[in-house]
Order: sequence, then structure tokens, then C-alpha cells
Amino acid sequence: MSSSELYSSTLPLLAVMVSLAAVPLILLSSKEPNLREAWTISAAVLKFVLVCALVPGALENKSAVMSLIDLSPGVSLAFRADPLGVFFATIASGLWIFTSFYSIGYVRGLQEEKQTRYFASFAVCLSATIGIAFSANLLTFLLFYEILTVATYPLVIHKETPVAISAGRKYLAYTLTAGVVLIAATAWTYHVAGSLDFQPGGLLAGVDLAPRDASVLFLLFLAGVGVKAGIMPLHSWLPTAMAAPTPVSALLHAVAVVKSGVFGVIRVVGFVFGPDVMQRFGFDTLVLVLAAATIILASLLALTQDNLKKRLAYSTVGHLSYIVLGAALLSPSGFTGGIYHIATHATMKITLFFCAGAIYVQHHKENISELNGIAREMPWTMGAFTVGALGLAGIPPINGFFSKWYLATGALEANQFVALLVLLLSGLLNAAYFFPIVYRAYFRMPEQNHGHGEASLLMVVPLVCTAILSVVFGLAPNLFFGFFHLAVSITQSVLSGGGM
Amino acid sequence: MIEFIQGYYAYWAIVMLMLIGLYGMLLKRNLVKKLIGMTILQASVILLFVASGTKWNGTVPILDASRSVDDPALYINPLPHTLMLTAIVVGVATLGVAFALLISVYRRYRTLDEETLLKQMQ
Amino acid sequence: MIEQHLPLLVPFTYLFSALMIPLVGIGGRRYAYPVALIASLLATLVSVHGLTVVLREGAMRYAFGGWAPPIGIEFVLDPLSSFLSVLLTCVTSLVLIHARRSVESDVGEKEIPFYSVTMLLMTGLTGIVLTGDLFNLFVFLEISSLAGYAIIAVGEKPAPVAAFRYLILGTIGATMYLIGLAFLYMLTGSLNMADLASIIPQLPLTPPLVVSFSMMVVGVALKMALFPMHGWLPDAYTYAPSTASALLAPIGTKVAAYVLLRLMFFVFQPSFGRDMLPVGDVLTYLAAGGILFGSIFAIAQKELKRMLAFSSVSQIGYIALGIGLGSQLALTGAVLHIVNHAFMKAALFLVAGNTRLVVGHSRIDQFDGSLRRFMPWSMAAFTVAALSMIGIPPLAGFFSKWYLVLAGIEQSAWWIVVVILLSSLLSAVYFFRVLERIYLREPSTAGAVEYEALDRKEVRMSMLVPTLTLSGALFILGLFNSIIVTKVIHSMLPLGL
Repeated sequence: MSSSELYSSTLPLLAVMVSLAAVPLILLSSKEPNLREAWTISAAVLKFVLVCALVPGALENKSAVMSLIDLSPGVSLAFRADPLGVFFATIASGLWIFTSFYSIGYVRGLQEEKQTRYFASFAVCLSATIGIAFSANLLTFLLFYEILTVATYPLVIHKETPVAISAGRKYLAYTLTAGVVLIAATAWTYHVAGSLDFQPGGLLAGVDLAPRDASVLFLLFLAGVGVKAGIMPLHSWLPTAMAAPTPVSALLHAVAVVKSGVFGVIRVVGFVFGPDVMQRFGFDTLVLVLAAATIILASLLALTQDNLKKRLAYSTVGHLSYIVLGAALLSPSGFTGGIYHIATHATMKITLFFCAGAIYVQHHKENISELNGIAREMPWTMGAFTVGALGLAGIPPINGFFSKWYLATGALEANQFVALLVLLLSGLLNAAYFFPIVYRAYFRMPEQNHGHGEASLLMVVPLVCTAILSVVFGLAPNLFFGFFHLAVSITQSVLSGGGM
Repeated sequence: MIEFIQGYYAYWAIVMLMLIGLYGMLLKRNLVKKLIGMTILQASVILLFVASGTKWNGTVPILDASRSVDDPALYINPLPHTLMLTAIVVGVATLGVAFALLISVYRRYRTLDEETLLKQMQ
Repeated sequence: MIEQHLPLLVPFTYLFSALMIPLVGIGGRRYAYPVALIASLLATLVSVHGLTVVLREGAMRYAFGGWAPPIGIEFVLDPLSSFLSVLLTCVTSLVLIHARRSVESDVGEKEIPFYSVTMLLMTGLTGIVLTGDLFNLFVFLEISSLAGYAIIAVGEKPAPVAAFRYLILGTIGATMYLIGLAFLYMLTGSLNMADLASIIPQLPLTPPLVVSFSMMVVGVALKMALFPMHGWLPDAYTYAPSTASALLAPIGTKVAAYVLLRLMFFVFQPSFGRDMLPVGDVLTYLAAGGILFGSIFAIAQKELKRMLAFSSVSQIGYIALGIGLGSQLALTGAVLHIVNHAFMKAALFLVAGNTRLVVGHSRIDQFDGSLRRFMPWSMAAFTVAALSMIGIPPLAGFFSKWYLVLAGIEQSAWWIVVVILLSSLLSAVYFFRVLERIYLREPSTAGAVEYEALDRKEVRMSMLVPTLTLSGALFILGLFNSIIVTKVIHSMLPLGL
């Protein structure tokens, strides 16, 4: 229908399945940790390679398609690696490699129990995430969305403390409810549209919907994907889920799971409803208001947190809404900025979580008030932390500035001055909740010197790498695979597809 | 009205039996009395079927030289009877199983009173 | 030669083995089990063959004793009945493969009558599915019910009481059905389903016809344990021996659901229960009530088998809901749920049986991490089946709900969508309550020592394989559901919906 060409390929399927195939291997080698971790690493690398193989096609606006069996008559289990999917899959699978190394250092450093379950669940989560990225229709999306929900549960309750267990309950209550709401929305869409295939410009674009029906349907979708995307007031599972081990928070609660939610928002806005329908019924304003409120409130709440991971969690909630905001602006720069923020926020936030984890493993400190002078002992870690924090506050040349710039331009294009204001205010608030940490770490004297030093290389190297990535993406957004081009071409397909 | 009642008097009797049976099964506390109710209920259904086969001036469907063989109006319908033979067998079997259960219940609980039983099962 | 007798063979195989078991039992108790197992495997093969033949060549009819219907009794192997018979025989075979140790420990000396009566139960159930005659159906209904009472009664101490209560309500149900049948016979003079289907549309809507239809539906609903007529079910399933509940819970009530489907859509025309009488609506309301009631009560239970029994009440509601809505999508969902629920419930009840065998009880409040340590595979099967019950794709349970939700939306019955989805969440509550205990509660040290001493860790292979097969099948049933739907279920749905 649009400029996007399709070609048949098994690559999307392979990319999804590779980590799933690793699960039995991981389970079988539970007695030999080194072999088990080797499976994880090889699955991660292989997955990244497979996803990267799809990038050239996506850059030329070609989508690899693969249709398996029918899930329901007329709706098949189908994958389509369109530019947006490839974009998201590349980030998720790429960061999984870093997280895998980091996880090994982390769980061994803490001598965690049940490491096999941990690595196996992680692999399932990644399969589900890539599945979400490559879903060609809503039912396939729903399928992987639910798998992701269930597979994340063992990771949330990993520590098996009462806190973790109640966090797990809360997590399930939120996400399973969101899941059934999404089922209703999907079934309804199928009823009115007769199809569930994602289409740039919206699969509901040509459907005649009564305003009331459209509103209810949109709200169902928003609730369904909004929980994972942490849109207020559906966010509160996320800070609670910080009871999980830090690598889980890093990859899943900063990248895979929550970004799946945001990805869902983009799919719903750009590929299910489409810009025209969104604007016709005023849904864009609704989402804008919600996103803006979330950004400000989450930043304010972040200020009040002393627990480092919780502060990061609230910061995540805020930044997820940057992306939602970008999508809702429906202007070229805004949409591009929003999509690009998926990548930039991922690299920065994962760095910050890695740092928090490293501090916890080495010094058993979780609270910001205990971090006085820690930079003396962990110079690399805190260096990386500073990079991430500066980036999130939007200081050039780190990539956070870049996406924020586009978002701001987008707000102007859409004549949404309030959105611009929110972005600027949020930048200040970001600085307000991150700089005290940096200040304490560098300029306050430690109460006593423990001499624990840096964490193991398995942890420090990944976090330094992600920090470097953040800077590189800021300086040269197109250095790797023309990443930014991807974001631009997605925007074009969505916004021009609406005119078809 | 009187005609209505008179004309269907067999059915009124059957309905009475049916209600008595149901009452016994559902509301009696003693399990044996429940079974008696069950038998009455089954009897009523058997009568219902049998009654449906009767005809004025009809006779048993056995070849009779004095009557015409070709006229079905002269013979009552035998099929409900045969059906009820089977139903009686089913009813007897049910009764047998029920009594076996009751013996087993009595051996285990030394009572056949439903409420006492339910209390003891808690 | 054999081909033409196909409709008869499945019930006949079971009946024959029911008689053979006491005979070979003279030689020793140990011969009872193999005969039962072989008979049921044979029946499975025959019914699978029957399904392929029917799908290829269309329905087969078998007139007993050469008496042509509508005078004689006939057996009919059409897509619906052959599909149901495949389901019944498959689940029975798997449960029987599992049964040996479990039956040994539950009924002890009474193995021979137990297996013989089990075979009689299957004769009744497959007979119900295959017969084309409404009175014959009543007879098979009673055969299966009587056998059911018997195998429930050999369970724990309160089992005979539970069986007796079931007997009373079951007999009322059967009698209701018979009364309805009497009226129908008086009106039409026929008992043959196909014959009736051609006569009934020409009858005027008179009170006897209405009474007949409603009586039969109520009678069957009682056998099906449709809310609020489910009172007999929880006790019966809880106190029955593990094998009996694993056999009755998945397929016993489903056969009654089949009868309902037959009655409403094949004997009477589909529009009868929808446009002329509000039976479909009533069924839908009751079903919705049952779905919620069953789920809420399941949350309150302390005993695993009892919880599963209440969950059955709720799941039967889904099937009744599909039948009540009566559209193509809804019936697809209902039939698919008959299949899915049979597999899920069988797996769950088998696991409950496994825990009883290994740990000696299945009380939820005493479950802890030691279960997972000692029975990892059983618990994995339980987890998969539980997730399927909750409705997580790509497991089978999701898809029957999906069709039902679609059917609800199609008819703009929003409250049905809400009920189905709400019940998904409720089932998540009662299953995760159990899963949390199994996977997250530290084993009490005393308990751990006790289990170490038991030295009976995971159950043996013969019990594990059927459990895992059933739960593994949930993936296949889920992923390939549309093949089942388009190839099989669509061909069995009634015309003129």
C-alpha cells in the first residue's frame, strides 16, 4: 500500500526463536555455570547478528515478512520486520549482550540462588521482546506481550523476599489486567476492521467509527499498553518492581518491558489508529496531556526518593512519557524524536542502572544518602553514571540532548508550546534529581573508607561501554547502521501513510 | 373447566405423583425417604409414558382374530411400553446403586440424616 | 467389513472390556489394568480412524439389527460426534496410562470392579455421543451416571455421601429429560434425532413443545452442573479417587454439554431456542453467573481438588455461554473450549493425584517449595495448565476465550466480554496463589526432612508421561487451533445459524 516493500525471509522468526532455543540448553546445563552462561552469551550475540542482518533492508524501507500458521481464521502468527520493529529489536538485542555479561558479574558477585531460572527467564523475555518488535499484527503482538508479562514474573520475584513477592503480585495485577483489556481491544478491532495487520497510517484509518465507540476503543488500547509504558496513573508497579535484581531493572525495566509498552503506544498511535483518526477524535490531545502530566509528576516524585533504584525508576516513568509525548505530537520532528528517544534513553538509563547495581554488589548501598565520596572508590562507575545523568538532563553532546532537541522542535511544529515548556521544565527537574547524586559522589567526604574499590570487570566493562555508546550516539547518530535515518523513515511512513 | 379436569384426570394424578416424588427427593432429610421420593418420581414418568400410549377401545397389540389387523386405531401403541421396560430397568439399577451407597454411608457415619451427615463431613 | 460397523465399535470395545475384566480377573487382580488400558487404546485408534473417515466421506449411519430408522435405533458418526469420541477416548487413554499406581493406592483390593465400572462409564459416555436416538441417549446417560456414582463412591470417607447427593440430583436431571422426551414423543411419534429435526419445524409452538424443550434443557443442564445446578459437583470431584476425578472432571460434564448442543441445534432448529423461546438468553445469564461464581469460590478453597472442581463450574459456564450465544463464533468457542478444558482439567487433576500420591495430601495451605524440589516435572505441567486456564497465549485456553470474546463483541453483548475477561483475572488469582506457594515458599525444615525420608520423589514415568503429554498438548492445541477450527469444527456446526 505504501512505499514500503516486502520480502520474504525467515530472519525475523530466527531472531525471535534463538533465545527461546537457548532456554532448554540453559536449563540442561544448570550444573555447569560456565557452560550455561556460554549459552546465554552465544544466544545474545547470535540474536544481535540476526537482527542486524535485517537493518540494511529496513534502511531501504523494505520489510522482511514471515507468516507461520493461522492463530485464528484470517489472522496468522506473522512477523514483519518493518523499520520501527528493527529499530526497537536492535536496541533490545544489542543491550542484551551487555546485560548478559553484567548479569554474570552481578549474580556471581552476590552469589544469588536459582541462577538457572534467572538466565532462562531472561532468555524468554528477550524472545518475547523481539517478538513484540516484529509482530505483523495485533494478535501476534498480544501473544508476545502476554508471554513477556509471564516471563518477567520470575525475575521480579527473584529474591523471594516478602517484599519481592508482594512486588510480584502487584506487577501481575497491573500487567495481567492490562493484558485482558488489550484482548478486548484487539477483539473489538478485529470486529470493526476485519483485519489486525499493522499498517503505517492506521488500520482503522478507513473504518467508519462512531465517536463514542472510537473513544472507548482508544481508552482500552491506551490502558492495555499504557501499563507497561508507565503512563500515570498506571505506573505504580514500576517503582515497586525495583525489588528485582538490578540487571533485570536495567534491561527489562528500562529497556525491554517498558519499551515494549511504549512501542505498543507507537504501534497503536501510528499503525492502528493512525494520525488522521487520532486528530479527528482529539485523542492526540488526551495522550499529550497524560504524557505531560506524567513527565512532570514523575520527575517531582523522583526528587523525593532516597533509594537510588526507585529514583531511577521514577525517572524512567518520566522519560517513557517523553516518547509517548513525541508520538502524540504527530509532527515529523516530534515523532522522530520520540522514536529516537527509545534508543537514547535505553543506553543512558541502562548505564545508570548498571552503576546502581555495581555499587550495590560492591558496597551494599542502595540509598543516595550513603553515597558520599563513592567516586573515589569507583571512579569508572561514577564516571559512567555522570555521563548518563548529564545525558538524561539533556546536556550536549550526549545523545539525550539530541532526542530532546527533536522533541522540542516537534512541539513547535505542532504549535504545542505547553509541551515545549514541559520538556524544558523536565530538563531542569532531571538535573535537580541527578546532580545531587553526582555531587555527593565526587565532593562529599566518605564517612569511612571501606576500600572495596571497583566491581568486577564483568560489570565495569559493560557499564563503561554503554556510557560510551551514549556519547557516540550523541555525536554521530548515524554512525551505526544509520540509526537516525531509521527513525526518520518510520516517521515518514506513519505520517504520510495517513494521507493514503 | 370441570371437563378440563375430568378429561385429563390421569395426567393430574401423574402430576401429583411427580410433585410428591420431587418433594421427597429435595426436602426430606432422611436419605431413605429421598429414595422413596425418587421411586415415586420415576413411577410417575413411567405412568406418563404408558398413559400416552392408550386409546379408546384399544387393546393390547396381540393378534386377535376378531379384530382387523390393518386398523392401528384398534390397538394401543406398544412402543411406550417397551421404552418403559427399559426405564424400569434403569430405575431399578439406580435404586440398587443408591442402596449400596446408603449402606456404605451408614457403615461410615452411623446415620442417614442429611444434616447430621453434612455436619460430620466438615 | 469393519468400516461399516465403525459407529458402533467404540462403545462396543468399552462394553466388551467391562465384561472381560471380571472374567480375566479370576486369574488375578493384576490382569484387570492391562485389559482396560488395551481396550481404551484400541477405542482411541478406532475413533481416530472414524474421524478421518467421516471428514473424508461424510457422516456414517448404523442401524441396529437392520431395523431402519426412524423405527430402529441408529448410531450416527458425524463430524461432531466423531470429534467428541476422539476427545473422550484420547483423554481416557492418557488418564488410564497414568492410573495404575494411583488406583492401587486409592481403591486397593477393589481394582477389578473399579476398572470394569470405568469401562462401563466410557461405554455410556461414548454411547451418548454416538447414538442417534433420544431415548437410547437417556439409557446411555443413565449407564454413565450409574458408573460415575460408583467410581466416585470408592473414594475417601465422605465419598459415598457425595455420590448419593450426585445420584439424587442426577436422577432428577435424567427424569426431567425423560418427561421432556415423553411430551416430544407424544407430539411427534418419533425418537430419532434426524427424523425429529425434520418434524419439529412444522409443529406449531404449543405449550407441550415448550415444556418438552425446557424440561430436556433443564435436565441436561443439571447433568452438566450448570450454575446454579452445580451443587453436586464440588463434593463429588473432591472426594472421588484421583483417577475417577481425573476422568470425570474433563469429560463427564462435557458430554452433557454435547447433549445440550445436539438438542438445541440439531434436534430443535437453532432459531427455536433463540427466537421462539428465550432459552439461549437464560443459558447465557446462568453461564455468566456460573463463570463468576465458580471463580470466586475457587479462590476461597483450601484443597486443590476442590478448587479445581469450582474452577470446573466456572469453565462449564464458558461452554454454556457459547451454546447460549449460539452464533458461529460462539459455538466454535464452545466446542474448542470443550476440547481445551478437557486437556487442561485432566492435566491439573492428574497433578493433584500425583501430589496426593507423593506427599499424601493436596491441601493448598501446606504446599511449599519442597513440592517443586521433589516433583519438578509435575509442577511444571501444573504451571503450564494453570497458565492456559488463565488464558495466556499461545496456550490453548486463550483461544477458546478469544472466540467467545469475539462472539460477544459481534452481538454487542459487552457484559459478556467483561465477564469473560474478569474471570480470567480471577482465575489468575486462584492459580497464582497456588503457584506462589509451590515456587516461592521456603520448605519448612520439618517438612523437608520428612520428604527426604519419604524417598518417593517425582512420580514414576508411567504417571509423568501422560501428565506432561496433556500439558504439552496445550501448546499444540493453542498454536494449531485454527486448523482444528477450520478443518473440523466448522464442518460440525449446524446449518442455518
